[in-house]
Amino acid sequence: MTLAARDRRLGWGLLAPALIWTAAFFILPFLAMVALSFASMDGRTVVHGFDPGNYVRIFTDWTMLKALINSLEITLVVTVVSVVLAWPLAAIIAFRVPARWQRLALLLAVLPFWTSYVVRSYSWLLVLGQNGVVNKALLGLGVVAEPLQIVATRSATVIGFVHFFVMLLTLTIYANLIQLSPNYARAAQDLGANRWQVFAHVILPLTLPGVVTGAFLTFVLCIGDYITPQILGGNAELTLPQLIMLQLGRSGNFPLASALSVVLMAVVTLAYFAASRWLRLDRV
Amino acid sequence: MAHIRLPATSLALLLMATPGLAQELNALVWCDHTDPALIEPFEQKFGVKVNLKEYEGTAAGLAILDQSRPGDWDVLVIDAVDVARAVAAGHLAELPADKLPTADFFPELVMAENNTVDGKTYAVTEKFGYNTISYDKTKVDPADMADMASLTSGKYDGRIGIYDYYLPVLGLVALGQGVNTADITADTLPALKDPLMALRKASKQVAEVVAAQTALATGEVDIVVGGGEWLTAVLAAENPNLDWTIPKQGALRWAQSIGVVAGTSQPDLALEFVNYIVSPEGQAALATSSCYWGMPANAKAGAALSDEAKAVLRWDEQPEFLARAQLYPIPDAALDTAMQDLWTEMLNQ
Repeated sequence: MTLAARDRRLGWGLLAPALIWTAAFFILPFLAMVALSFASMDGRTVVHGFDPGNYVRIFTDWTMLKALINSLEITLVVTVVSVVLAWPLAAIIAFRVPARWQRLALLLAVLPFWTSYVVRSYSWLLVLGQNGVVNKALLGLGVVAEPLQIVATRSATVIGFVHFFVMLLTLTIYANLIQLSPNYARAAQDLGANRWQVFAHVILPLTLPGVVTGAFLTFVLCIGDYITPQILGGNAELTLPQLIMLQLGRSGNFPLASALSVVLMAVVTLAYFAASRWLRLDRV
Repeated sequence: MAHIRLPATSLALLLMATPGLAQELNALVWCDHTDPALIEPFEQKFGVKVNLKEYEGTAAGLAILDQSRPGDWDVLVIDAVDVARAVAAGHLAELPADKLPTADFFPELVMAENNTVDGKTYAVTEKFGYNTISYDKTKVDPADMADMASLTSGKYDGRIGIYDYYLPVLGLVALGQGVNTADITADTLPALKDPLMALRKASKQVAEVVAAQTALATGEVDIVVGGGEWLTAVLAAENPNLDWTIPKQGALRWAQSIGVVAGTSQPDLALEFVNYIVSPEGQAALATSSCYWGMPANAKAGAALSDEAKAVLRWDEQPEFLARAQLYPIPDAALDTAMQDLWTEMLNQ
């Protein structure tokens, strides 16, 4: 056996556990889900077969289509707002905070991750409510005459999500920023670039891998999340994960839930291909 | 002999002290059964460990049983109107009717038509209550709450929360239209769409239990349609302004049943657990569970309840309430799907 052949065998041997794991816990369940998505319901009984009816319904029933549109709209808004907030936060930590305090600053940034996601969502209910901290502050400052209705609106869902994902994005963008040599900015300035030009033409393009990686993770986690829209959104509108849960918990319509999940995965896959040029998942 | 007795005694102690080897009872339940005040007395009396798994929604509970092996589960708590569904799926074992204290129950709560299939008893009612109207009596006119029409009169627009469960709320909407819950059919359902949408338009949110409680307690909403004693009772100590009533059109009566899972390897212990839950002591603890309160099905539980608890549960008013309340709709699969589709449409309107 040649050395190359032995290396190949060793490589496959080392890869085998990961491949077996992925096949057993992702590929096979995914194929089962796809197969189930083409089944139908006869009363409360699942009838296996090849019936594209669930997919036809998803794209022709306005209630289903609207849930998909709602999910996409919320996810895009959350992703954009989170990036806009996280980039300056990461830059401040990377460039303005002294090196010895950066670890503490990052710790403070991720502190909200340490509490339960569900508890944090219910806490936002109290913060954003009619008699919550936000409305009391706005009323006290005379900014508004009547309490704003924030809870049970899309705004509440977006706020809950942004709070969570700004932390995630801060980490990925920070990881990118600290790898940038200060010489890039100095060289640009030597060549006559002003501070804005340095940012727009040098720093920002170089941080795109970190931004896109964080944005992609935000997109994936946000579009599949059930808890935040359920608790903070007050069912003011349905998102795709809420619709899936309705099929699972209430209807027992597993074929339709599977079809909706396949559509959700297809959306995530499209997002992956759209972002793949800049994706650097090794930065996570 | 001493050198033999010591290891033997040690082994016995080890067996008793090792959780994995102690006798265990596995119950698929609703959250009110997870209160230690309810479970610990049974565990101590029988020296067993009761493992509890919560589930929400009959479909989810039946799916868990479908995917389990015989013997995995011993006891099942289920919506009383869904007992026949569990029996049809082969998940409930027959109970010895003569060993159940149903003679002590409120007569309306024996619910033989629900707990019995083909003359055989498969479950026993353990707790009940009402899906009706909960409100903050300092924020709304209690007289208005006696008439469902006031909810969509415009007076309370944006101050109403709807409990996120299609069966009771569609039942309430039906009662508001003069349709009995038993008369909800594929033919009568379309007539409920406009009143349901009108209620949705007047409401601020559609929320599950904790979110609905939070909204009412924090003043986010002043009324919860579909609420009842189960929603407000746990908040009563901190917020005595929260109240509930049954409007003149009536209300829905919910009831949960408990039974022994078919295929259990310990039917006697499972039956002991069922009988403990429906005993006066078990009933009092279940009625005042930290998760949610509700009326005990066993009328003798009154002796084990405090006066304060009975006041919150409106114990003395039960005969009148029971007379005015109707059972949940029991839709067949097609009607159930149609009701859920209508509910989903309402959520996403």
